[in-house]
Amino acid sequence: MTDTDDLACIELVELVTDYLEDALEPDVRARFEQHLPSCPGCEEHLEQVRRTIQVLGALPQDERLSPQTRARLLDAFREWRAHPQPEA
Amino acid sequence: MGDDSRPAPTVDEERAAVDTAPTDAADADPDARLLVRLRAGDEAAFSELVDRWSAPMLRVALIHTGTRAVAEEAVQDTWLAVLQGLDRFEGRSTLRTWVFRILLYTCRGKAERERRVPPISDVQRSAGEMTGRRAFAEDRFLPSDHPHWPGHWSQPPRSWMRTPDDALLGSELRQHLSQAVAALPERQRQVLVLRDVEGWTSEEVCRLLGVLPGNQRVLLHRARSTVRAALEPYLTVERP
Repeated sequence: MTDTDDLACIELVELVTDYLEDALEPDVRARFEQHLPSCPGCEEHLEQVRRTIQVLGALPQDERLSPQTRARLLDAFREWRAHPQPEA
Repeated sequence: MGDDSRPAPTVDEERAAVDTAPTDAADADPDARLLVRLRAGDEAAFSELVDRWSAPMLRVALIHTGTRAVAEEAVQDTWLAVLQGLDRFEGRSTLRTWVFRILLYTCRGKAERERRVPPISDVQRSAGEMTGRRAFAEDRFLPSDHPHWPGHWSQPPRSWMRTPDDALLGSELRQHLSQAVAALPERQRQVLVLRDVEGWTSEEVCRLLGVLPGNQRVLLHRARSTVRAALEPYLTVERP
């Protein structure tokens, strides 16, 4: 490998998502993986993107329908079941 | 492999390509049994779906509607439309993709009525959101004519704190994270919320939003880059 095969950091940071999605061409992936061990800045960036995904996945999932809406929907279901739609 | 060896298609080709692509999703629909029970009038199946999907539906609706009350209305209207359309649902997509597609149409209608803005097509929106911002400002790197290290870091990212997840999601940080997500452009936010918050696969997101895989990755990349940058000030280790 020669120096020209090396990715510049400015290019690598734009390939991180494709790397994590396993969507890089094999030769680009090889250059990506060759760059990382010698570049603490890019390693740190990749790690930070992974952490970002992790904290997004840990966002609290506390949205819920109000009991009134939920009850209205169950009523609508019973209504629907009792009166099947005529064929369109 | 096959898809990625082709040149990246333009955004204009997106919708047609996705709409005519063969959908094998329904064969492997994890909710196929629930669908059968639903059609048979099984109320437990309906309440299970409402309880399981309404929270993610509310989060997706909030992307488009702005207020919690309108989002809840959109979710309610969606379930009512699902009941009305259930007999005509042909299973060409999974049940979940179909329900969320109805949700997106419902939200769009409400948003357009509320804001009274001319509608922008998804394709135009994607195109607008795929250009521009890079992960870092250019001055974080050495210039391209640098004799030894063109395009390499001049100011590399500083380490982040290594904290366990709960500490990481302390209320202050959580608030900044939510604000950063809320400030994303609409299309990027849809992709990021579905992929990274809700944990959907890229295939399902592409199918729901009508984007090609490569374009979906660009939107996801822009969104993640913005959110990472927003977290940076809160997680960077102070220099001693």
